[in-house]
Amino acid sequence: MTTLQRRVEIKPTKPWAPSFKDLLPDLFTFVITFVAAFATVGFTPLKGKLGFSVMVIIYAIVFSALLSLIRQDGKAAVNSITTVLVYIAGLFVILPLASILYEIVKRGIGGLSFGIFTTDMAITATDAPLTEGGLLHALVGTLYIVAIATLLSVPIGILTALYLTEVKGRGAGVVRFFVQAMSGVPSIVAGLFIYAVWMIALGNSYSAAAGAMALTILMIPTVARTSEEVLKLIPNDLREAGVALGGTQWRTVAMIVIPAARSGLITAMILGIARVAGETAPLLLTMGGADALNLNPVSGNSSALPTYVWKNFMLGTETSIQRAWSGILVLMIIVLIFFTFARLVGNRQGSSK
Amino acid sequence: MNQKTAQVNSLANVAASRATTKSAQADERSGSSTPEAKRVGAGLQAQNVHAWFSDKHVLEDVSLNFDFGTVTALIGPSGCGKSTFIRILNRMHEFIPGAAMAGEVLLEGRDIYRSGVDVTKIRLGIGMVFQKPNPFPSMTIKENVLSGLKLAQLKVSNQEELLENCLVRAGLWGEVKDRLNEYGGSLSGGQQQRLCIARSLAVKPEVLLMDEPCSALDPGSTLRIEETIRELSSTMTIVIVTHNMQQAARVSDQTAFFLSDGGPGRMIEVSSTSDIFSNPRDKRTEDYVTGRFG
Repeated sequence: MTTLQRRVEIKPTKPWAPSFKDLLPDLFTFVITFVAAFATVGFTPLKGKLGFSVMVIIYAIVFSALLSLIRQDGKAAVNSITTVLVYIAGLFVILPLASILYEIVKRGIGGLSFGIFTTDMAITATDAPLTEGGLLHALVGTLYIVAIATLLSVPIGILTALYLTEVKGRGAGVVRFFVQAMSGVPSIVAGLFIYAVWMIALGNSYSAAAGAMALTILMIPTVARTSEEVLKLIPNDLREAGVALGGTQWRTVAMIVIPAARSGLITAMILGIARVAGETAPLLLTMGGADALNLNPVSGNSSALPTYVWKNFMLGTETSIQRAWSGILVLMIIVLIFFTFARLVGNRQGSSK
Repeated sequence: MNQKTAQVNSLANVAASRATTKSAQADERSGSSTPEAKRVGAGLQAQNVHAWFSDKHVLEDVSLNFDFGTVTALIGPSGCGKSTFIRILNRMHEFIPGAAMAGEVLLEGRDIYRSGVDVTKIRLGIGMVFQKPNPFPSMTIKENVLSGLKLAQLKVSNQEELLENCLVRAGLWGEVKDRLNEYGGSLSGGQQQRLCIARSLAVKPEVLLMDEPCSALDPGSTLRIEETIRELSSTMTIVIVTHNMQQAARVSDQTAFFLSDGGPGRMIEVSSTSDIFSNPRDKRTEDYVTGRFG
């Protein structure tokens, strides 16, 4: 009779969802793990936060495996161990990143004021209070080099990707190999290359443009490789449809393939910028560094946020270190603003769909 | 066995009724004193066409005439070279790495493979509708229909009129006239395929090739596209690859049967559609159209 009654009243249920009773053993494992870790740290020579973390990890693995072994079998125990390991690996990825962000905001926010965006360091002493001076020169320098490097490397990178995916010329294999090799070039080598060729051999002075050229060398492979992957995802049907309508290959690529890949190509650009925005070493060799604002991007010593940060840490006074932290925070915010902007532009079409 | 005969008879009836309507249409047209069907050199002729992929001979010696204003159905089991053949007809074959061909394809009497020919003009005159609907994802419905003009850089005096005309002829106007600025991807599969047909029509091709245009569609959409093909057939030459025998019987004037016996695909038989289904000359054709294999 009871089974009949149960059948009559049909409610949507989730029989696979664990009930509170099912979760109790897991909760118990969780508690006992921490208690055991506390006890170990408290009563054995193992001390400190590190010791506690290590013990938590070990106990979590041991207890969850034991629990599964008791409740089910060896297979379930292995499953529990891998689950715990995956969670720990996830934590290991998030923790350093979160702690870096936290540290930068905590230390950098103190030196942040409206004034630092309107003045440079030209007439400011090394140990002057934070109310004097600013990072305008470095901010302008960073905007210049990122803009120039983007203007140079995005067209070259995308055209390279088009050669690899659309033209599929005889040299595609060689080009692909060199692009991959280029992405492994240490950034200081890119700086030295521009220094040796553009400045020593061709006799040009330090400038933001020289710095941007060094960054371009680093940015092209990232843009080209990402763009290639994106263009490969565009179905061949679309290319054939374009050509079958009487379009030349160039018109088909320009009108159909590139618009279809637009948001991916913007991502390629973002990744390229992310690759170079924080580069310091090549800039030290090519921009010369300066404390004064230099509005001319093609000539004269100039500074960028990474070199500004580097220089202020080198100075070592209390205020200059504070300036360095603020510089890092500003750099991070700029990159964030740029990413958000590019995402919005890339998704504008998607949202209207 | 009776059942088989019945099936053949029913297909033959479909094909016969198609032939009747066609001749009625032809009569109507001849009334306007322009016997388009007999236009000299019009239509498309394939002569001794062979095809290879790398070293593999996939199509052997196919000669087939497509008269202006007719619908030709290409039938046959998978892998017999139908799609390869249809792609040779508008020079899409050469996009496959390792592809090679021999023979001639004459459009208005001139070989489309002759040297110095402007390939883009050839493809403009011989449109293609693909197996899978492939509207351009970055374009609206309107932009999709008119995309051929931009791709081929053609000037048209009245775009709105052309847009409506193409969509009406593709049988899609009523469903999309209030949403021309939505993206092509927002349409159903059948609507997308009709959008692709409308897109092909906008550049005014003389020949329309359709490579299994209904294989991904439900019966309702299929029927709608067949109506479209019938409406279009009076103004252009249509070649359709299909696996659906009923479809071939319903829409085509002549049917060619392709078959591969493990080697290269050959055209076994070509005849008027009613003959293929009611009175095939070759045993293999009969076996195929009665569903005994393939």
